[in-house]
Amino acid sequence: MRGGGRATGGPTLWGSTVGKKTVMAVSGLIMLLYLVVHMIGNLKIFFGPGEFDHYAHWLRTVGEPFMHYGWTLWLVRVVLVVAVVAHATSAYQLSRRDIKARPTGYVHKKRRASYATRTMRWGGIILGLFLVWHLLDLTTGTVHSGFRPGHPYQNVVDTFSTWYGNVIYLLAMLALGLHVRHGFWSAAQSLGVGSRTRDRLLKTTANVLALVLTVGFVSVPVAVMTEVVS
Amino acid sequence: MSPYADYATGEPVADTKAPAGPVAERWDTRRFEAKLVNPANRRKHTVIVVGTGLAGGAAGATLAEQGYHVEQFCYQDSPRRAHSIAAQGGINAAKNYRNDGDSIHRLFYDTVKGGDFRARESNVHRLAQISVEIIDQCVAQGVPFAREYGGLLDTRSFGGVQVSRTFYARGQTGQQLLLGAYQALSRQIAAGNVTMHPRTEMLDLIVVDGRARGIVARDLITGAIDTYFADAVVLASGGYGNVFYLSTNAMNSNATAIWRAHRRGAYFANPCFTQIHPTCIPRTGDHQSKLTLMSESLRNDGRIWVPKAKGDDRPPNRIPEDERDYYLERVYPSFGNLVPRDIASRAAKNVCDEGRGVGPGGQGVYLDFADAIARMGRGAVEAKYGNLFDMYQRITDEDPYEVPMRIYPAVHYTMGGLWVDYDLQTTVPGLFAIGEANFSDHGANRLGASALMQGLADGYFVLPSTINDYLARHPHGDEIGADHPVVQEVLAETEDRLHLLLAVDGDRTPDSFHRELGELMWEFCGMARTDEGLRKALERIPQVREEFWRRIKVPGTGAEFNQSLEKANRIVDYLELAELMCLDALHRAESCGGHFREESQTPDGEAARRDDEFSYAAAWEFTGTGEAPTLHKEDLVFEYVHPTQRSYA
Amino acid sequence: MRLILRVWRQKNADAEGAMSTYEVDGISSDMSFLEMLDTLNEELILRGEDPVAFDHDCREGICGACSLVINGDAHGPNGVSPARADSRAWGSTTTCQLHMRSFQDGDTIDIEPWRASAFPVIKDLVVDRSAFDRIIQAGGYITAPTGSAPDAHATPVPKPDADHAFEHAECIGCGACVAACPNGAAMLFTSAKVNHLNVLPQGAPERESRVLDMVAQMDEEGFGGCTLTGECATACPKGIPLFSITRMNREFVRAVGKGR
Repeated sequence: MRGGGRATGGPTLWGSTVGKKTVMAVSGLIMLLYLVVHMIGNLKIFFGPGEFDHYAHWLRTVGEPFMHYGWTLWLVRVVLVVAVVAHATSAYQLSRRDIKARPTGYVHKKRRASYATRTMRWGGIILGLFLVWHLLDLTTGTVHSGFRPGHPYQNVVDTFSTWYGNVIYLLAMLALGLHVRHGFWSAAQSLGVGSRTRDRLLKTTANVLALVLTVGFVSVPVAVMTEVVS
Repeated sequence: MSPYADYATGEPVADTKAPAGPVAERWDTRRFEAKLVNPANRRKHTVIVVGTGLAGGAAGATLAEQGYHVEQFCYQDSPRRAHSIAAQGGINAAKNYRNDGDSIHRLFYDTVKGGDFRARESNVHRLAQISVEIIDQCVAQGVPFAREYGGLLDTRSFGGVQVSRTFYARGQTGQQLLLGAYQALSRQIAAGNVTMHPRTEMLDLIVVDGRARGIVARDLITGAIDTYFADAVVLASGGYGNVFYLSTNAMNSNATAIWRAHRRGAYFANPCFTQIHPTCIPRTGDHQSKLTLMSESLRNDGRIWVPKAKGDDRPPNRIPEDERDYYLERVYPSFGNLVPRDIASRAAKNVCDEGRGVGPGGQGVYLDFADAIARMGRGAVEAKYGNLFDMYQRITDEDPYEVPMRIYPAVHYTMGGLWVDYDLQTTVPGLFAIGEANFSDHGANRLGASALMQGLADGYFVLPSTINDYLARHPHGDEIGADHPVVQEVLAETEDRLHLLLAVDGDRTPDSFHRELGELMWEFCGMARTDEGLRKALERIPQVREEFWRRIKVPGTGAEFNQSLEKANRIVDYLELAELMCLDALHRAESCGGHFREESQTPDGEAARRDDEFSYAAAWEFTGTGEAPTLHKEDLVFEYVHPTQRSYA
Repeated sequence: MRLILRVWRQKNADAEGAMSTYEVDGISSDMSFLEMLDTLNEELILRGEDPVAFDHDCREGICGACSLVINGDAHGPNGVSPARADSRAWGSTTTCQLHMRSFQDGDTIDIEPWRASAFPVIKDLVVDRSAFDRIIQAGGYITAPTGSAPDAHATPVPKPDADHAFEHAECIGCGACVAACPNGAAMLFTSAKVNHLNVLPQGAPERESRVLDMVAQMDEEGFGGCTLTGECATACPKGIPLFSITRMNREFVRAVGKGR
């Protein structure tokens, strides 16, 4: 004689608050993995245009002959687009829900520890906008005057030779660092791998990841600005 | 003399349901003889359960599991908040997991003796038998009892018993057992077998053709007064300790359900049997709304003392050793600080009455851990009592590691309640009372860790077996409707009472009357009672009642959430119940258990029972407000445990 | 001491509410916070005004009825403890165990009800927390009908598991976690019960359905999601840790993985 049975026919990952956080965690981790690879690739810029452009070309040929030219890259792009969409949609829907769940605030305001929540939300929006600009700038070249397909080294140097290119990029990388720092730890909690004993390890890993990614990405514009790369 | 004290003695009342034969076989016999209700017919029966504590929650869940439809009520916003949740110590069971010589018979013996030979043997034996099943049931529900490293259940000894039979979940055993019952009840609510009415308070009982057929209850949110009908009504509404205003009971625990049932014909048994717990945090002033219990276990290592001189208001650590009176150790050298609850409480009262009490108002004694800290080290004391010390410090702002604790006795539990037979049925057919609401198993004094055992025994096992017999003999038939003349009458009486409370518009708050009554009861019907004092109280109570109806002020209306109205209506019943308690205490001119009559003591000041005259349960029949009730005696026969005088010197 | 109280007054669920200001005098520092409110109410009654409605019952910190947000903190200032994920929050307590010595003469104290869309106000400071009951009804139990139990020692439970269960079973269902959470989430409450029952061998048969059903009901009631701010664990008077939610997430993922 079980109770009332399933309240809603049983939640799926997508159909519940807890499940959506799982989706965010998994999609976030996919993006994080991509960022690590991306950052390492970026560092090739320090070894001159030849190596950097060669690397960029290799991205399209990787997997051959099993994969046709560019297939692997497109596959990665599809996965990333799915991850970005899932991550952003979940975040949007959960935020909407959270705001609705607390329609009336307290008259007596307190400075709350919702600092992390807010940086995650705003940081996420900043990163989303940056992503659009970044793709238009260095992938399609739409907003990049003098964009030369197939010459990424030159394009990168161009971008970081403008003040706004640097400002946008540096701000975005700062947001990225903060987002990764809390996001990685959060993802661990959402996936249920956090615990009292593992907490220090997770937090340290999150900090190291955030730092390495930020430093790695920022090193490129800094190098262009200081003309170490030109 | 108050006309109320001029009571008449009616026919004796007898428990006709307990089978004859060996005590160990009576429960089996009764279960076999009791008629059963065909499972297919059960869902046609509705049972009302009032209260969701250990007894009510367990009964509601179990009756629903059996197939009955249950309508359940509680005044709290959730069934999980019933005051059983506050029980700290533990629950007894004759499991003998320790192999220390425990047995069902020993638990039976200890309980009858602990109750000072004023409980019914058949009931107590059944309780001891069932205790074993309760633990199994609770473990299956996921109650997280304390365990040892081997994964088996831990037990401890409690209340001077010589075996270790108390199962516990840190200091929150009541909470864990209650949540177990609440969860079982929740499952049945989800399944649609129980209709839960939270924030709904029973205000009267509906008796039609001599049978309990429903209740009148008020929705505390909207104020709507409604009638609910059933084939049987079960009261699990707890005790009546709040008559004293200050007690360890929850603020809203009240006697209305049982008192209204009493007015409708249910006898009220042994109302004067109240338990006063010796280790509570003393009151700090007139603002005090409630008293907090500190676990009895503190007496294992703390030493109780007061200054030898009257009015000595030096701080405790400035009073030299030879000017301290460790009065329990002095008077009871062999038991010392570990004398039973009633004796420790009375001794504290005596030294305070002599003017040697400590703290604000002189209503307190020291419970000193200095010696324990010196002997065991602070760390060991902290490990054993840390959470209690924290709680004490939070309430009093004094650090018990540095300054002795101050403690004072407080009303804690009421052994009396509605008279029930072996089936837990009251004298109104179809009306059952379980848990603290009935009078059954504890006699004149309850042993530690026995209240939880009784509540769950009644709720999970006894009532669900015995109620079948009643329901089988009264097959569901005639529907009672809201338009039945009796129903209309009860409903109108309830509405009139509330209207009247609102209409007086006097100049005193409900709390001021409650406090006045409480002080009166504490003074004259508290730890020590005298013929003279009780007669004084019997004179005063009707005066307070009269003043209440003249000067009470209840703001607002009845058609809304109105906590003042709830309070005032409960006080109406306390003002009548208090009178009965005093009369019962007056008529019982002996000392037994928690009932101490100064006229009846041994030469060295101990309680002297008078078995030749008072070996009975006093069941009182209501005859009218302020009118002398009729006494019906139930003779107590002791075939297995023979009455002896207790001695702790 | 003398205090200025600013209290949320709201006639009923449908009425508009607002903060009203009252002055109370002669407050002793030994009073509990609720006794201070009793004092105010006694005066209000004698003045013929409507006393302030608030939930309370045991007044010893265990029933979970009392529920006030005091100066922006659920259960008041004693509830403040370092927001550490691993804290068995120290010093936290229920409103009824908060004493006036935590305040100064002349203080202004703001008193508000729990705020969450799943906890609608009934009157003044009283809110409807029946959503919690429905979450338990959805699966917060072990199916063990009376009489069907094996001997209590039939299944030993490792002590660490029993302790873990107890730690989470301590939840009093007061709702401070929801009141404190900026998202009005009931994650800590729900996870406490999931942790309590899912770690026990007796709870194993319903392990998956329990977490799925309880989470579904929690969502159905309109509670928000978790953003791991830790406010809930800080406010919790029983110190249920934030990791309780992590563990519930694990149970959830596991249950979804098993397809139940």
